[in-house]
Amino acid sequence: MFEAGFFYLFATMAVVGGMGVVLARHTMHSVMFLIFCFFNSAGLFFLLDAEFLGIILILIYVGAVMVLFMFVIMMLEVNQAKLREGFLQYLPMGGMIALILLIEFIGAASSGIFHTDAIAAVGHFGKDVNNTVEIGKILYTQYLLGFEIAAIILLVALVGAIVLTLRTRQDAKYQNISKQVNVRKEDRLRKVRM
Amino acid sequence: MEWTDMALTGLIWALEILAIAVPIALSVAYITYAERRVIGLMQVRKGCNRVGPLGLLQPLADGLKLFLKETIIPAKSNKILFVAAPVMALVPALVAFAVVPFGETTLFGLWDTAHVMAIAHLNVGILYILAISSLAIYGVLMAGWSSNSKYALIASVRATCQMISYEISMGFALVCVLMLAGSMDLSVIVNAQKGGFWHWYIIPLFPMFLVYFISGCAETNRTPFDLVEGEAELVAGHIVEYSGMWFATFSLAEYGAMILISLLTSILFMGGWDAPIPALDFIPGTVWLLMKTSFFIFVFIWFRATFPRFRYDQMMRLGWKVFLPWTLAWIAVLGLFTYAGELNSSLTILSDMIGYYQPWRS
Repeated sequence: MFEAGFFYLFATMAVVGGMGVVLARHTMHSVMFLIFCFFNSAGLFFLLDAEFLGIILILIYVGAVMVLFMFVIMMLEVNQAKLREGFLQYLPMGGMIALILLIEFIGAASSGIFHTDAIAAVGHFGKDVNNTVEIGKILYTQYLLGFEIAAIILLVALVGAIVLTLRTRQDAKYQNISKQVNVRKEDRLRKVRM
Repeated sequence: MEWTDMALTGLIWALEILAIAVPIALSVAYITYAERRVIGLMQVRKGCNRVGPLGLLQPLADGLKLFLKETIIPAKSNKILFVAAPVMALVPALVAFAVVPFGETTLFGLWDTAHVMAIAHLNVGILYILAISSLAIYGVLMAGWSSNSKYALIASVRATCQMISYEISMGFALVCVLMLAGSMDLSVIVNAQKGGFWHWYIIPLFPMFLVYFISGCAETNRTPFDLVEGEAELVAGHIVEYSGMWFATFSLAEYGAMILISLLTSILFMGGWDAPIPALDFIPGTVWLLMKTSFFIFVFIWFRATFPRFRYDQMMRLGWKVFLPWTLAWIAVLGLFTYAGELNSSLTILSDMIGYYQPWRS
């Protein structure tokens, strides 16, 4: 009973958070709603005994990704009135996407694949089954290739982002710390006989 | 479950939370006193010694003063977030203590097995603390943004860069601890270091210990990394617009985070509640843990009295170009040591050496 209660609580709050992201007038408030939504999704993971996934969700999304989002948004002066200008123009396109998604979801939900009987573990495992260990084992044996490919894609994206944005400004005066540290007495000091 | 049982469980939880939150608030008050006295001592002056005997009532006087002051909310600020920001800073600092184990107890022989003294005994304890402490940044960010002041905004931008940079090396230093202990459960990590100071992880992981503690300094915005508050250029950074109790909430959060980092350093690298030599086991474990923690808090204060503030580019360089390669290299070294014996039988001595600290392998 408790579990169902908490499920409905987290699920409702996650949906409320999601609605808030779209409907909030202020961009900063949208970000806060998104963080709220992530917390509730983490709560859903905890209900499924997937504490590793739940905490990783908070650590990565709330602790790192959203901070950077907020960092960027903080710097922007978003004019809401201007954003709403093309609302009617984009409505058909957006509405169509929403409709297609809705049909997909209804189709998937009614197909019977996502029924509780078909999903293997409905009940809870004992305390000795460690979620983290299980994920680690399966990730580094069965799905090793996919895992490595994902890691390489991330690395490439990382390097690409740095290459695209890195520029050394010629007009700015930088201090090269390792150069400063490596200075010897002989480089700076010259003995002069008087 | 009966309603009476539930009420009882709720009551016990409330008591457990109070038993941790109240001492933290009190120790925060007296750490500010200790800080002023210790820095006074180091700078050959007296520090606060007027209120009460030896100035011991000074924190209470400070608290009363801050409590009675008016809270000013700037007219052009974002009022909801301005009021919410100190709370957002304080909550992660306190919530993180939920998984910190303060020792193992049988409650004077009442229980058969030793129970871990923590509110929540999670098997992903370290990850939980990492996740929660990464939330602390929202308080600073929100405070800086909602104040609608340029000093506060610059401070929050700095805080974001600083905390994100140092979180990474902090996380990798923790990975090294996990590789030795083989678990993310804090009490398992302590038990893996049982049996005297030569088992402590500070020995195989000394560079990681330094990285963790210094990163902790940067995470909590303490000197020499307090560029966020940098009074010379930013007045007081993100707290420039705050007054009265809201201001006090920020310092409560800062000192709370400092206690947390000290506790974790003792737990992860200094054997937690274990005595340095087994002969000293008659002193209760919690006392040992608190002694180690107090020592690290002293080191925090010592830092503040000793080091000048870093320049911003120096700080970024330290985080990204020194700590990050160090930690990554140490992870690789630990991994190689662990499995060296399986590659070549002449290298077995290496894996035996590191295996001494890895109870999960035997």
